[in-house]
Amino acid sequence: MTALVANAGQGRWWRSRTVRRFTSHHLALLGLAMITLLTLACVFGPYLLPYDSLYIDLRARFSPPLTGHHYLGTDPLGRDLAARLLMAGRISLAVAFFAMLLSTLIGTLVGVVAGYRGGWIGAALMRTVDGFLSFPSIFLLLALAVALKPSPAMVTVIIAVTSWMEVARIVEAEVRSLREREFVLAGRMLGLSGAHIMFREILPNAMGPIIVAATLTVAHAILLEAYISFLGYGIQPPLASWGNMLEGAQQYLASAPWLAIIPGAAITIAVTSFNFIGDGLRDALDVRDDRV
Amino acid sequence: MRGFLLNRLSQSLILLLIVSIIGFVVLNLLPGGPLAQFGLDPGMTQDDLDRLKEQLGLNRPLWMQYLDWIWRLLQGDWGHSFRDNAPVLSVIGRHLFATLLLMGTSTAIAIAIGTWIGIRGATHRYSLFDHLATVGAMVALSIPTFWFGLVGIYIFSLKLGWVPAGNMYTIGDGSVLNYLHHLILPSIVLSLVHVAIWSRYMRTSTLDAISQDFVKTARAKGLTERRVIMKHVVGNALLPMITLAGVQLPSILTGALVTETVFTWPGMGRLFLDSLGYSDYPVVMGLLMFSAILVILGNLIADIAVAIVDPRIRLG
Repeated sequence: MTALVANAGQGRWWRSRTVRRFTSHHLALLGLAMITLLTLACVFGPYLLPYDSLYIDLRARFSPPLTGHHYLGTDPLGRDLAARLLMAGRISLAVAFFAMLLSTLIGTLVGVVAGYRGGWIGAALMRTVDGFLSFPSIFLLLALAVALKPSPAMVTVIIAVTSWMEVARIVEAEVRSLREREFVLAGRMLGLSGAHIMFREILPNAMGPIIVAATLTVAHAILLEAYISFLGYGIQPPLASWGNMLEGAQQYLASAPWLAIIPGAAITIAVTSFNFIGDGLRDALDVRDDRV
Repeated sequence: MRGFLLNRLSQSLILLLIVSIIGFVVLNLLPGGPLAQFGLDPGMTQDDLDRLKEQLGLNRPLWMQYLDWIWRLLQGDWGHSFRDNAPVLSVIGRHLFATLLLMGTSTAIAIAIGTWIGIRGATHRYSLFDHLATVGAMVALSIPTFWFGLVGIYIFSLKLGWVPAGNMYTIGDGSVLNYLHHLILPSIVLSLVHVAIWSRYMRTSTLDAISQDFVKTARAKGLTERRVIMKHVVGNALLPMITLAGVQLPSILTGALVTETVFTWPGMGRLFLDSLGYSDYPVVMGLLMFSAILVILGNLIADIAVAIVDPRIRLG
């Protein structure tokens, strides 16, 4: 209902109400602040640090955090962990962001067509969604990562290909409920084309759930990238990502625990932030959702 | 009930068909495709490979190859693992128990703790406990399972020395206690995410049940609040949870695979990774299809279980 009113109004009143609800959600604000800081740090931080992320200093191997100017210590090759963490953040966040864009695009397309057309096309599309959901995502992800050589762009595509289904389900349900509404009937009577009705009339009214799902997809994509890179099938060294920084960490767990703790903490902070923001958006945009 | 069963079974069959098509596409995407295992053998020349291709019918149209592949899967011929030199199905069978043990234990932990948190959150809505549980669940869902495993190993194995850092048992000690000792940490690590999910759904479900008329009736009869919750609310709140258990199956399976890799737990996830490392693609494909079938079967069983418990479903 809110969405409908919003479309009719397009005024400042709707904006301010959504913004007000979002800003009264403390966790969402905290998430937004954390992710902004993290992004700024990843973008500008590497220029401010005294060490280059690729500079190898074997004399300074395994320095614990706060050794000299190595604020977060060094890795087994003596590279500065802080510099690597920020450079890795660029890759991890970029991969997650673009994976979200791509998977939201696929999911929205499938969801809108399935929800609006219905019938056997809709059934076939939604059963395909179910089919993809039947595979443990990690298996599918790893098999595809082995099949297609993992450059950062390919990792992005693979993650998108294995995580568009949730968006498709949400959009399909939303579109199906909007399909018989008056403004859609009116559009049909005016003789608008199916594509116009789907993407220009219905889609703007389904934006709320899509935005929420997209935010949560970023969180999910960060986790997926981290995991396949941790196993060595994702982003390949010397390019650093939060996941592949953890790759060798387990064998040094006893002697250099910071190698495992620091990148993992960065992942957790980023993912928590997106989950908080998603929760706030859900409240602000008035999205009913059975998911957690 | 008969109509419901037939309907549900045919849905599962269609799903299996779609899953098999996705699997076939992945198989053909793998480097070397169905011939991958021979391509790595240095004794094989291109001529040999071409002859094999001819013999195995890989130059026929794709749809014929697909039908052939499906036919062999249905007959139980899932290919041959050249790393273990054994049929794929028996290799998977050897690793099934470890994964199911881990999944079962964590699910039990998740259900027990999650149900309690969910009910308490719903009956004490907007209390401090409820708020902490909500935030805690969101944070728990954000922690990468494999990293949580590493931190767990660091604290409880390396620093405190309470539990072993990996494996399912100590070689030479097959006692149940030894298994249990190894099971504690991985199953707690795996259950974290699911405690979070379970508690959120249980909270919603309990709130739904509390607002029903029969709960008002029970209260009007003069039952104590405790009896109302225990006898009338919890049972009804747990019903949708059966479906959730089915829906969550792929996620628990994924989590188990992730946990296994960190704890060198000899289950299907470990097997999948090792097979990837050795380019043992028949096993990779076998696990991919096997896990999907497991998930579809799990969902089917969950739906049938709900229908048995709740007549509204099978009649509606």
